[in-house]
Amino acid sequence: MSAKLIPTGTQTAGPYLHIGLTRPEWADLTDAGKAKGDKIVLEGRVIDGDGTPLPDAIVEIWQANAAGKYEHPDDVQDKPLDPHFRGFGRSCTDKDGIYRFTTVKPGAVPGRGNTLQAPHIAVSIAARGLLHHLFTRVYFAGDSLNPSDPVLSSIDDPALQKTLVAESKGKANGAAVWHFDIVLQGKGETVFFDF
Amino acid sequence: MTEIREYNAERTGSQPSNDWPAYTSTIKRHPQREPVALRQTLTEITGPTFTSGWAGPDLVDLTKQHKGEPLGERMILAGRVLDEDGRPVPNTLVEIWQANAAGRYCHPNDQHAAPLDPNFTGRGQMVTNAKGEYRFLSIIPGAYPWRNTFNAWRAQHVHFSVFGPAFATRIITQMYFPGDPLLEFDPIYNSVPDEAARKRLISRYDPNLSEAEWALGYRFDVVLRGRHATPAGL
Repeated sequence: MSAKLIPTGTQTAGPYLHIGLTRPEWADLTDAGKAKGDKIVLEGRVIDGDGTPLPDAIVEIWQANAAGKYEHPDDVQDKPLDPHFRGFGRSCTDKDGIYRFTTVKPGAVPGRGNTLQAPHIAVSIAARGLLHHLFTRVYFAGDSLNPSDPVLSSIDDPALQKTLVAESKGKANGAAVWHFDIVLQGKGETVFFDF
Repeated sequence: MTEIREYNAERTGSQPSNDWPAYTSTIKRHPQREPVALRQTLTEITGPTFTSGWAGPDLVDLTKQHKGEPLGERMILAGRVLDEDGRPVPNTLVEIWQANAAGRYCHPNDQHAAPLDPNFTGRGQMVTNAKGEYRFLSIIPGAYPWRNTFNAWRAQHVHFSVFGPAFATRIITQMYFPGDPLLEFDPIYNSVPDEAARKRLISRYDPNLSEAEWALGYRFDVVLRGRHATPAGL
């Protein structure tokens, strides 16, 4: 079927996105700790081309549960859903450009064909100065599946690959802390995806 | 083996580039490398669903969020969320935010010398119904100056955030008003390359949506990426 309607173009979320999009409770994906799996904190800064943090960005994440299952009708894998885990989160950056989520480490999910994707979290970033939101992915440093992940391994330059990998920062309140900066431009610019 | 029914690629000309210096905030914020093409996987073709009501109750009347009524022209803002093939997108979250009738946002960073309205916050949300429809009651937002260039004014607009069925379909956009003389000069509006795609961002005055002696009616449909008819094996 050929598409008939022109899709709506994106526009910037602008400087006042907080009015419409602030949902602090959405930064905790674990239903106050009830979700199954290893609790993690995913945090970092969103930084511009001058190295200045963005106090007005919105970061959204989408991920599988600890068993590697998405809460979505198109995920037909024979794996358990978790009634305490939805998989979607949103965090507005603070004055220091920091976003923070409390979630669980996702399980591995299938890739295209017979491949397996390493545990990862999909990320969308919107802000003043971004006419179109940006997509990236977070992987976890040291995961045994990283070297065979089809997306991660498709990026040849190790320095670019590294921009997709969160670093372990120890534990806080029983949760493993993972640090992932999102650099919009210039030195250390994050790899963004188009799909 | 997982079969992946992909969403269409974004159509050329319908989407703005982040590298758009006419909007000066892009200069230090746009990536300099081209994005990496990623073939959609289960991650991209899934996304949050809203049927369970977890996103909270609908907030559809922006004129009744305070003790009194806001100043301004009352507006019924309604439309549908569709895919490129014209199919409705039901049960998806629509969030809106906007300035008040004087062109001032209820936000600490907006110090524009226009009055705040104690009866207007400017936030709404609604999960679309089975036909993909949404409907809000609000007031027409005012135009306002911004410091992009000397004496620059934003065209009147309402911000929209829409999810659609997958992470791939999520968009954030702005809705404009027909006949606004500021559109011609607005670099954000003009960042969409194709004229027909730009016009998709302009709502339509609909006399059948207007309610006599009560409110003007504006119709705005949001069209999300469509989907391939058949799954791709690999």
